[in-house]
Amino acid sequence: MNEELIISGRENLMVDPQLHIWHWPIPLYLFLGGLAAGVLFFAALYYLLGKEEQYRAAVRRVPFIAPVALVLGLAALFYDLNHKAFFWQLYTTIRIQSPMSWGAWTLLVITTASFIWCALHIREFFPRWDWKYKWLKDIEVFFNKNKKPLAWVILIFAIITGVYTGILLSAFNARPLWNTSVLGPLFLASGLSAGAASIVLASKNREERLLFTKIDLIILGTELFLIVHMFMGFLASTQVQQEAAQLFLGGPYTMVFWIFVVVLGIIIPGVLDLMELWGKHIPALIPGVLVLMGSFAFRFVFVFAGQVSRWLY
Amino acid sequence: MRYAMAVDTKKCVGCSDCVVACQTENNVPIGFCRDWVVEVTDGTYPQLEIELRSERCNHCANAPCVRCCPTGASHIVEGGIVLVKPNKCIGCGACIASCPYDARYPHPKGYVDKCTFCIHRVKEGMKPACVAVCPTKCMYFGDLDDPNSEVSVILKKRKSKTLIPEAGTQPQLYFLI
Ligand code: SF4
Ligand code: SF4
Repeated sequence: MNEELIISGRENLMVDPQLHIWHWPIPLYLFLGGLAAGVLFFAALYYLLGKEEQYRAAVRRVPFIAPVALVLGLAALFYDLNHKAFFWQLYTTIRIQSPMSWGAWTLLVITTASFIWCALHIREFFPRWDWKYKWLKDIEVFFNKNKKPLAWVILIFAIITGVYTGILLSAFNARPLWNTSVLGPLFLASGLSAGAASIVLASKNREERLLFTKIDLIILGTELFLIVHMFMGFLASTQVQQEAAQLFLGGPYTMVFWIFVVVLGIIIPGVLDLMELWGKHIPALIPGVLVLMGSFAFRFVFVFAGQVSRWLY
Repeated sequence: MRYAMAVDTKKCVGCSDCVVACQTENNVPIGFCRDWVVEVTDGTYPQLEIELRSERCNHCANAPCVRCCPTGASHIVEGGIVLVKPNKCIGCGACIASCPYDARYPHPKGYVDKCTFCIHRVKEGMKPACVAVCPTKCMYFGDLDDPNSEVSVILKKRKSKTLIPEAGTQPQLYFLI
């Protein structure tokens, strides 16, 4: 037997008996960040490929999700801070070694860029929109002229944001479940699939829907591959990582993970996408909503399970 | 200068005086603690072995909590002591999640709090409160760079270990075994 007990009775709130310093706002923030990264990535990509007219929903309409998601995400993050009055300290320094620091700056850039992108396309929803002040009109003219560089900025920062939602966790070596470099690409993929699913949900153009169904299918396949890859890595690693993997392989998070994330969030929508591509008509709502829910559940399960995983000593 | 602490697991009786001394000295809010005592029982009855350890922040030389802090609130001062500046801390909890020893906690006022090696006492030439109060005198504190300091001398004489060194943190809290 080997038993470790804290005999002086440590009961630090949010730390004991199990770490629970991050609550629901953090996974919500990671999901919204990933979703915004996904929709912005496709908007910028298809604009730069010169497909603006062809894929109107992807380039012009769906990106309106991004600023809303980003602002809500930042609000969620803010809500989970314990020392809120000092929030501004985040923006007094850049600390390259701290993902939370460069992530906060990245979010500032991408949120601003997403607002500008939506402002340029506001007439999609309000055809007679008129900026009241001259300086606003000047800004619009300026960014319309420089739409390409803007799209490049969005494309690059969307990728950084997507990866950041994973690296934020993977940088913690104290939590073995998070401490895998697969998490960056995996969460990027999860964000991109949420973005593609939103486009399928919003688009009225069949060609566009089929394209993004195909893209979604490829990303879901990649996600599945990365998940298998992640578990192979864990099981071939040190004891602490093997035990972290056990949380999903028989441990308390097994059911939620395999049912909500893998089966309902990846496999079933993937099969439905495939059927759609084979010509069977599937209401876009079902795979779309499943993918979004899967991406959402993924962040929750990971943020919570990761806090349970720990080093033994 | 490199401050470090050594705790004699053979002398510690688990009375938890160090915990209470710290709470009093540092005004630790009720219900929280910066140090704690662990009892490890190993073996099969009747061949049982017990190890007692008074634990706290390890003032790691390669501190993940300092690395991941987005504002620089968590920082290292002279002598390698890891501290938190309350009015720079946003309470994001990143440092708490990054510490493999769970040595930090969120202070009810919002910022993160932890062991300071009683830097305010050390500066005055005193020992940290936990070291000073221990009835079995099982703790040693001092500068590792000074070969004549209490802690250097005892670490030379006795076998010691650190906790989860494989986490790469280079802990500076030694346990005499
Ligand atoms: S023990 Fe934890 S809080 Fe202390 S320096 Fe090491 S990582 Fe930071
Ligand atoms: S909680 Fe405070 S000290 Fe800890 S990482 Fe966040 S800002 Fe830094």
